[in-house]
Amino acid sequence: MSHWIVAPIVIPAFAAPLLLLVRRAPHLQRKVSLAATALLLAVGIALYGLAMDGTVRPYFLGSWPAPYGIVLVLDRLSATMVLLTAVLASAVALYSLNGWDEKGHHFHSLFQFQLMGINGALLTGDVFNLFVFFEVMLIASYGLLLHGGGSNRLRAGFQYVAINLVGSTLFLVAVGLIYGVTGTLNMADLAVKVSQVTGDSAAILRTGALLLFLVFALKAALVPLHWWLPTAYAAAPAPSAALFAIMTKVGAYCIIRVFTLIFGADGGAAAFVAAPWILPAALVTLLIGALGVLASRVLVDLVCFAVVWSMGSLLVAVSFFDAQGLTAALYYTLHSTLIGAALFLLSNLIATRRGRWHGLLQPSPSMVQAGLMGGLFFLAAIAMAGLPPLSGFIGKLMILAAAWPSALAGWIWAIVLATSLVVIVGFSRAGTVLFWKSEAVDASHPEPLPEPVRIAPLTAAILLVSGTALLAVFAGPVTRQLEATAQQLLDPAPYIAAVLGEQQTAGLPGRR
Amino acid sequence: MEILVASAIGFLTAAGIYLILRMHSFPVIIGLTFLSYAINLFLFAMGRLAIDRPPIIASGVEGYADPLPQALVLTAIVISFGMTALIVVLALRGFLETGSDRVDERPSPSDSGERYPS
Repeated sequence: MSHWIVAPIVIPAFAAPLLLLVRRAPHLQRKVSLAATALLLAVGIALYGLAMDGTVRPYFLGSWPAPYGIVLVLDRLSATMVLLTAVLASAVALYSLNGWDEKGHHFHSLFQFQLMGINGALLTGDVFNLFVFFEVMLIASYGLLLHGGGSNRLRAGFQYVAINLVGSTLFLVAVGLIYGVTGTLNMADLAVKVSQVTGDSAAILRTGALLLFLVFALKAALVPLHWWLPTAYAAAPAPSAALFAIMTKVGAYCIIRVFTLIFGADGGAAAFVAAPWILPAALVTLLIGALGVLASRVLVDLVCFAVVWSMGSLLVAVSFFDAQGLTAALYYTLHSTLIGAALFLLSNLIATRRGRWHGLLQPSPSMVQAGLMGGLFFLAAIAMAGLPPLSGFIGKLMILAAAWPSALAGWIWAIVLATSLVVIVGFSRAGTVLFWKSEAVDASHPEPLPEPVRIAPLTAAILLVSGTALLAVFAGPVTRQLEATAQQLLDPAPYIAAVLGEQQTAGLPGRR
Repeated sequence: MEILVASAIGFLTAAGIYLILRMHSFPVIIGLTFLSYAINLFLFAMGRLAIDRPPIIASGVEGYADPLPQALVLTAIVISFGMTALIVVLALRGFLETGSDRVDERPSPSDSGERYPS
């Protein structure tokens, strides 16, 4: 049993209180936060190397055996997501050095608490623990959203907190229903017990499973539960918004995890209970996201709706629940997390360079470093909209290929491609206004624009954009890894055996 | 007892949902509180309703109450307590800064300046 499995939770959990102690020394605080994030990245890489051999590694906290104790589980999927979180966190920590972290004492500690919640939610093998880590993640995100203050953030913050409180309540109802029927909340144990539920209890179980889906869909911003996202993310400080890019993916991760392991093919009465809902909702998400991109008048709103749109594409791929679909979904998860975060950072970099025009999509005098910003925005927009040669194109191609055997393939292809076109139009219009129409205004407004000097934030944005380029260059090896991950997800027997021990699962019928 | 507990949960939930759909922040907070009370009762009842049964091992008793839902309820109470405190502060600050407690207002474009560090 490797103790490193608990490290992605323990490192931020120790770093955060330490950062509270040194809050009066901003420079020391930055060093500690960066060091903790770098350590997390190293552990993420090491854990990924550990999980690459395909065995499922449980970690029993306090050596209490499952299903009585709390268990963490490291498999290919959780290792991939933890590594993705660590990569994103490194870029965001670097970006926050541009002055955002000086707007309050607690940015770095909230940041670490948020990482602790995300990593915990990704690693846990227990549904109630998932709830607790969700809460840790959300409580930290409230603080990060409000960081810097201002009436706009307060208003958006209230709505965000209220909607998430309702979500948490629904989560508890779902947990209660599932516990009431099965008498357990350990995911592996649930996977065994769920298949044995029959009769009246099956209806309650299905209700619980669908409520759970509702909660994850709320986190993943699936239409009609997406309305909170543009308001909240647009009001959030740029580094927080970039970090929040992973939170919608945590929702998607939970859908994948719970509806392959517990309510998957062996789910008995509740097998694939959420599957019929995901595809229609994801297609409507694509439509609403694309319309939002077209209608936005502020750059950051456009990015928010592009994130909603990308969640639609991702969940279209999830809805098939086969190896090809899950591979496409996982590839798209990696892509859209990096590019979503990059766009949030870029929109902030651009806004800080435009003086009183900020992010408004109106012509302004040309900004400092216009060539560099324009180039980065162009690359990021290409990747987000899914044009070749960057990772968005490969991801979209994989999703379309996965949709081919579906009965609704025609609809899926039509909506995915049509909305991609709309998003391309939205991004090219924004780029044109921001970078090309500037010349015309120059003469009439000779006022000087701000000249940001710090190099770290720019590096962070460049790193994230080049991350998607790397994802495209190494698409072959990455896809092979993700294919193995999808195969592992679709065969839950080794997971259950690893957590519960061999003898308890040996006599079960119907397990592959 | 089942009917009493079930209708209490139903009544609290209905009151909570009605209040959450109001337009001002104070009723929304009260609604969220009602909802969390309902859920605490509900979680508690998921361990089955039983009287005079100990949750931990004791001598000379026939059956036990399920201790797990009680632990879950404790966690849920702590979390919802903290969250209620936070949202009250948020609503108060929002009311003091904007002079309005309506929850459905869109941010005005003139406010967009404070989104960015200067």
